[in-house]
Amino acid sequence: MKTPAFLRCTALALLLSAFLHSRAAAQTNPPAAPAKSKFDYLELARAPEKARKRPNPLENNPDAPAAGRKLFEKHCAECHGPDASGTAKAPSLRAPEVQQATPGALFWLITNGVVRKGMPVWSRLPEPQRWQLVRFLKSLAPPEPATQPVIN
Amino acid sequence: MRSYIIALFLASFFLFALPLHSQERPYFVVYDHYLEEPGSLEIAWQSSYAAQRGSGDFLSSLLEFEYGVTGWWSTELYLSGQSTLSDSTVFTGVRWENRIRPFAREHWINPVLYVEFENVNAADKSMLAVAGHDVEAGHGEPNALLRAEREREFELKLILSSQAKGWNISENIIAIKNISNAPWEFGYALGVSRPLALAASPRPCVACRENFTAGLELYGGLGDRHNFGLPNTSHYLAPSLAWSLPRGLAVRVSPGFGLNSHSHRFLLRWSLAREFSGFGPALRRLFGARP
Repeated sequence: MKTPAFLRCTALALLLSAFLHSRAAAQTNPPAAPAKSKFDYLELARAPEKARKRPNPLENNPDAPAAGRKLFEKHCAECHGPDASGTAKAPSLRAPEVQQATPGALFWLITNGVVRKGMPVWSRLPEPQRWQLVRFLKSLAPPEPATQPVIN
Repeated sequence: MRSYIIALFLASFFLFALPLHSQERPYFVVYDHYLEEPGSLEIAWQSSYAAQRGSGDFLSSLLEFEYGVTGWWSTELYLSGQSTLSDSTVFTGVRWENRIRPFAREHWINPVLYVEFENVNAADKSMLAVAGHDVEAGHGEPNALLRAEREREFELKLILSSQAKGWNISENIIAIKNISNAPWEFGYALGVSRPLALAASPRPCVACRENFTAGLELYGGLGDRHNFGLPNTSHYLAPSLAWSLPRGLAVRVSPGFGLNSHSHRFLLRWSLAREFSGFGPALRRLFGARP
């Protein structure tokens, strides 16, 4: 009985060490470049008309973008990148498809997630927090165009 | 005993060593419809203290590993043990549970299917679910006797969960089958919870109301296939509180109160949890997979 318990603990320790190692390696490597072509924004277009027309009740709340940024950093930045420009895991939220979407459509997408593609549902966040996130997303500037090398 | 201490050490090490992002519900027994985020690993240490009449009080502990396989499937492994005052400390076994979300989008009522296999001995007192004729007297035997009896059970749950105006309301219907020749046992668990503040403040904060979620759980047994109903069953009412700390650390605490003479008079549960985002991809990279 003692041997299996010891083996279990050893296996656990090895697994945890491996994870620690990989985390350290990941922190020293540059972040993955956004892979825009991997993603589409079709899910936004699936928002029902009624949801799309919902106005943001916090549209004029001056604190909403800052609160939304805090929530973004806590819940979203891991996948969408610290500046919301996208990572290998999730698309850019500065893209025109997102910036041109209505607040209601963004709220609907945050609420329902895209479960089959790995985005969790965020209805666990209270409605005001989801609207604060929408305010933050709509405050993001579009991506800067890539600088072209000057050719003489 | 030694493995128990090693597990505790490892749990403590991990809980305090790395950053995580967690958003905890205050429930200990009830499940809602939210699954672990894909690729994320949550490690939690959960303990329950129970007052026991006619025998020593006990402290039951669980080390819990929950992994989000996909957006619609979470899997979880538990290692459990317990210490009984004036008796001994024993490792009691393992559980493997899976939760599957059949619908992709949110609805008024969101169902989740739960399947668990547990291989524990009868000394297990974790009370993760109360079902059948689980009563206080069943925990009163000496560990040496209880640990000789092995329980291999399948546990099925239908989880129904709704979210409205910041409130979560969850109902769990429980059916347990010991794979030896034992009848199906039934139980229930109901929970309601709500954050203390619905909107986030614009500044980072630790002890602000938005980081606390309060809840109430009601759970108990419903007898078995031959004796369905409330006689000779135990029931509990447990207020609970979850606190999301910086870096995603989450603490939960819940005093529970037995509602009839077959129940433990008092339970105290607490837990510490941390979530490691990107665990799965990091592990795959470690073994040579491309990002």
